[in-house]
Amino acid sequence: MLDVQNVSFGYSREQTTLNDVSLSVRRGVSVGLVGESGSGKTTLLRLMLGLIRPTSGTIRFGDEILDPGNGGFMQRYRRAVQPVFQDPYSSLDPRQRVIDIIAEPLRSLRIPGDRTQAVAEALEAVGLTLDAMRRYPHEFSGGQRQRIAIARAIVAGPQIVLADEAVSALDLSTRIRIVELFKTLAERLTLVFVSHDLGVVAALCEEMVILERGRVVESGKTRDILAAPKHAYTQRLLASIPRMPA
Amino acid sequence: MSPVETSVSTRGQRHSLALTVGLALVGINVLVAVLTLLWTPYDPLNASGGRLEAPSLLHWLGTDRLGRDLLTQLMIGARTALLVGTGAVAIGAAIGVSLGVLAAFATRLADDVMAATLDILIAFPTLLLAMLVVAASDSASLWTAILALGLAISAIVARLTRILAKRVLRQDYIVASRTSGTSWAGVVLRHVLPNIWPTLSVNFALQFGLAVIAEASLSYLGLGAPPPNASWGRLLQEAQGTVYTAPIGAIAPGIALVALVIGMNLLADGLRDIADPTRGRSR
Amino acid sequence: MKPLLDIRDLNIRAGDKPLVSNLFFTVQPGERIGLIGESGSGKSMTAMAATGLLPPSISVSGSIELDGQQVVGAADRVMNRLRGVAAAVVFQEPLTALDPLMKIGRQIAEPVRRRLERDGRRASKDVVQREVRDLIDKVALPQPERIINSYPHEVSGGQRQRVAIAMALACRPKLLIADEPTTALDVTTQAEILKLLDQLVRETGMALLFISHDLPVVADVVERVIVLKNGIAVEEGPVGAVFGKPQHDYTRTLVEAARLFDEALGATGS
Repeated sequence: MLDVQNVSFGYSREQTTLNDVSLSVRRGVSVGLVGESGSGKTTLLRLMLGLIRPTSGTIRFGDEILDPGNGGFMQRYRRAVQPVFQDPYSSLDPRQRVIDIIAEPLRSLRIPGDRTQAVAEALEAVGLTLDAMRRYPHEFSGGQRQRIAIARAIVAGPQIVLADEAVSALDLSTRIRIVELFKTLAERLTLVFVSHDLGVVAALCEEMVILERGRVVESGKTRDILAAPKHAYTQRLLASIPRMPA
Repeated sequence: MSPVETSVSTRGQRHSLALTVGLALVGINVLVAVLTLLWTPYDPLNASGGRLEAPSLLHWLGTDRLGRDLLTQLMIGARTALLVGTGAVAIGAAIGVSLGVLAAFATRLADDVMAATLDILIAFPTLLLAMLVVAASDSASLWTAILALGLAISAIVARLTRILAKRVLRQDYIVASRTSGTSWAGVVLRHVLPNIWPTLSVNFALQFGLAVIAEASLSYLGLGAPPPNASWGRLLQEAQGTVYTAPIGAIAPGIALVALVIGMNLLADGLRDIADPTRGRSR
Repeated sequence: MKPLLDIRDLNIRAGDKPLVSNLFFTVQPGERIGLIGESGSGKSMTAMAATGLLPPSISVSGSIELDGQQVVGAADRVMNRLRGVAAAVVFQEPLTALDPLMKIGRQIAEPVRRRLERDGRRASKDVVQREVRDLIDKVALPQPERIINSYPHEVSGGQRQRVAIAMALACRPKLLIADEPTTALDVTTQAEILKLLDQLVRETGMALLFISHDLPVVADVVERVIVLKNGIAVEEGPVGAVFGKPQHDYTRTLVEAARLFDEALGATGS
């Protein structure tokens, strides 16, 4: 459904952030993009959102090439692919009511239909009550804000949700509930989950791609990689994760 | 939560008091300005009494050197001040906000050039800049003064807007808005402007006050509105020579000037707090 | 044995808002204790109170004895001497804990010099230099010459945290307080820093008060844990007991959540 083909990207000429990265997202199969700081995972996500253009290589959506300059295509693409960000405090406009925040994709993509009804359904899907609509972001906790951000991402009925460290800023007890929410969502759409946290990705994604310094070092079924990591970096990453005492 | 709540509520009360006082001071000024269009105690141009009369029942604030009623001059001065402040800030805001937002979006080179230019412009005092503009135009009028002050203000507003807009543009909700399919124009209107407005509006009030004072200074230097436009600045200038014999001539316009400037600042502060959903009672 | 840190009926409040309520705990010399809690649990407040670093707007009542000295209400002069001798702190974000305009070598030298003067020894340039080099070796920083002459922003996050640990060690404290020391770091770097901390604490025999929201990280380095929720200690005991058989509902939720991610990772790794 979404194919990244030999994509490279550099913010400046001397330095490449991403180097010949290829991966494909198939319908209904959630993928985790795992990497530490400097791995290029956030740049990859920005490329997949069409916010920046690859220096070389292409990203395909279906049979079409992702081209940020093609307005008609981008309108369809934006409707199909929606993001959720890490920081639930900076991802919601503090001066807008929740209803306006969630309805923004409907308004900007000119999606017909009853907006209030659509927002109500999105709120329900993320487990918030309808009285949230008239309130402002600062009235909510971090976990609730992330639910609002997720509601905005799903309100237009996207096929893919790209989540960027979407649970990393949350407390453990909140994190587990938002992970549960993503799990429910993954039943009806395709989730691409970018994270440094292997545990969260393992809990959520069927497949994963391990990135190290701008390169894909390993990819495949989550289960297989966890059971027998092939690349030295993956092995080190796995060994570094602190575990609960038995 | 109570300590936070109490501090918020006392803050709220203090601000509503500020708003009331600001509203009253500015409101009186507006009323007087409107009133002068319909009625003034005396004809502003004709001498209706003796020279430098002391305050009396006939002339509440006395008369000036030419025997004109001071209260009448003062009332018309309110109109001038309001016109100058509003006009200059409107011009400054229109040019400054547009330039500032453009600079925030510009490529690094264009942004650097713009930032450097603004810094140089701001290094000139507002008054000096305005004097240059007035001097460059062939005749001094109220409108050249307003235009000159507006241009000087626009540099300050542009720089502030640029910094504020850049900060907002870094937020994730801007990216979220872009990926929601919102155009850059929509992003500016819906997210950038509402989020920089509180800080800008306070600055506008400050600039309003500075413009009124600058106009007074221009008039004081003889570069402002020529007669018959009475302005507080010119009243002050004219009272200069007689400040010991008839101090009221300097005190009255001085107080009027200070009251309007303070009033405008209080009003802006109060309005900002009402407009901001994240302040006040909400949790 | 007299406890190194003895906290009795500690209450911390900002105005009327309680941040920590009726907290009791002790740290014996050489003991490693974990303070677990999520945001707003008061765990960092407790650490700040123990070293007398809370701003005056926050009121502290109860008793905190650090190395036999009462901290609550103590004068700044007393606390300045106590900090370093009795306890040193390593913070979450080493970039903000270090002076951005001072070369790393000089930053480490400062606490070394202070300690030497405190012990009544002459802090000659040679002695200080040698100690700085020793400390850099101890925290396993690579290329000591380069590090000494670098500014904090010129080295990586993990290396900065090593510098911060070196500075804490320079004081030779009896108690090391580590406030989320690995939260800002990558997983692989975190593992290295945890290993280093563990090794240093064992070698020097100092006590450790480790503050974190991350259960497995805490389990890695301490013997006993205290679980804080909204400023109240809900559970306390040896790591094995608390994580193996949590008594309080809140602890149970946390442990279950942590185990869930653990199980997702399968039986590989450690």
